Amino acid sequence: MNWGDLTEPYAFEFFRNGVYVATMAGALCGLVGCYVVLRNMSYIGHGLSHAIFGGYAVAALLGVNLFLGAGLWGVLTALVIGAIVRRRPIGSDAAIGLVTTASFALGIALVARYPNNGRNSDALLFGNILGVRSSDVWIVGVVGIVAVAFVLMAYRPLLFTTFDEEVAKATGVRTTALDTMLMVILSATVLATMNVMGVTLIAATLVVPAVVARMLTDSFAKMLVIATVLGAVSGFAGMNLSYHHDLPSGSTIVLVGTAFFLVAYLGGGRLRRRAGTVAHAH
Amino acid sequence: MIGTNRSRDDHAAPLIVADSITVAYGTDPVISDVNLTIEPGDLIGIVGPSGSGKSTLLKALLGGIQPRAGTVTRRKSLTVGFVPQVEKIDWNFPVTVAECIGMARASGWRTPWISKAERVEITDVLDRLGLQGLGSRHIRDLSGGQQQRVFLARALFTGAEVIFLDEPTSGLDVRTRHEVLHLLGDLNSEGVTIVLSTHDLNGIATHLPTIVCLNKRVIGAGAPEDVLVPEVLEQTYGSPMQILEHGGMRVVVDGGPDSSVLPFRRASGDGVGS
Repeated sequence: MNWGDLTEPYAFEFFRNGVYVATMAGALCGLVGCYVVLRNMSYIGHGLSHAIFGGYAVAALLGVNLFLGAGLWGVLTALVIGAIVRRRPIGSDAAIGLVTTASFALGIALVARYPNNGRNSDALLFGNILGVRSSDVWIVGVVGIVAVAFVLMAYRPLLFTTFDEEVAKATGVRTTALDTMLMVILSATVLATMNVMGVTLIAATLVVPAVVARMLTDSFAKMLVIATVLGAVSGFAGMNLSYHHDLPSGSTIVLVGTAFFLVAYLGGGRLRRRAGTVAHAH
Repeated sequence: MIGTNRSRDDHAAPLIVADSITVAYGTDPVISDVNLTIEPGDLIGIVGPSGSGKSTLLKALLGGIQPRAGTVTRRKSLTVGFVPQVEKIDWNFPVTVAECIGMARASGWRTPWISKAERVEITDVLDRLGLQGLGSRHIRDLSGGQQQRVFLARALFTGAEVIFLDEPTSGLDVRTRHEVLHLLGDLNSEGVTIVLSTHDLNGIATHLPTIVCLNKRVIGAGAPEDVLVPEVLEQTYGSPMQILEHGGMRVVVDGGPDSSVLPFRRASGDGVGS
């Protein structure tokens, strides 16, 4: 394969948009995923994407803007999960399982009952790069900027809350406000990424870069940077590979991330020891 | 109600006053009708069995939980620090010692990174607590005593005037326990007010100037010689206990008059032989 073959798909606008979105979404998910993984909420990305599928169906049925409707639905779902967890005695895994599958089931039921509403549900479920428009590029870009701004401005209280919420709260950090903001950003991330990744694969783009980064460093700041870069590289490489090998974009991106994980995992005794601790954290 | 006779400056206003506070998570109160005054320079140990409400009282004093009845009044703009139980820390979390200390300065606008001036401060705090050169270590790669001191360093770094410690010596060996105790004594003599919870009567409580015996309510409060008496201890722990005087120290032993004090003294390494 020569240079011409590699650059050939860039002649198509849909592919350029796809690469922009996949790279930015990869970076965004890598960054946000660090907080998700370290809070032992890896399953929430998976759950939220399913919940938002339900939101799409409801928004389509009501005839409101799909992105806005599904976005509000996602935020609402995340907040309901947070509220259930805070009330106890239900654990976060059970709360996520309960709320998000209910929302997903509602989505399936509505799509089956009113089949002509809204977008192609297959594209939402499995991701479709042909469906990426320049508006999607902007949306991912804006969500990315908001997420980076939030992480930079609230860096210390957010790290404190993620590390030991009880002490942070006891010494005056506004943990509930931070948790809520993180949930809003997570929902927006899932929503903005769904067209490329598909409902079923978003969890992997949140979890894989963060896990690989954790295996490579013991410093939180470095973990954020490594996960963001790895996410972007996986998105970029995955999109290109998917074009040349005629594979679905979402699964190719996830497989590139998984390859990074395998390299890190097999990379030596030191790394393997850490892999054990990361796996244990789930 | 306590500490007044021990504070360095009797004219200074109290730092924290708990006025008949009752705290409940569900329907049953965890602590009820607790009165407690923390004065500048106090070194107070809250003593009681598991489930007696020690941690809950600490958090209520800090302001982390709101009492159902009564009030907690903190002096205006008082900075407090909290050192959690070592067992409650996620030691696999990716933070270095410097990151762990830096995160606690979380209020107001802060740069994400630790500034040059802060780096100097962190180095000073680490030196002060005997943790020189450990700033870039991961928190797991430390000894038990060092781990405890990192969280103390974190509280000091925030400029805390009052530091609360939840079971600071649980999970530590005898020697490390003594180190921590000495360190707390040193910090206290430098002016830091310290409130800790402990279930360790002989290892910790008898060494402190002020003790509060807690079992859902305050059973007794004051100096060890006044508080460590059989009636108070029996009410606190729910079983009879004996007090023995040994080398000027009070030693609390379980059970009836036949119990021997020797195993305790051997275990604490004070060199009392056969």
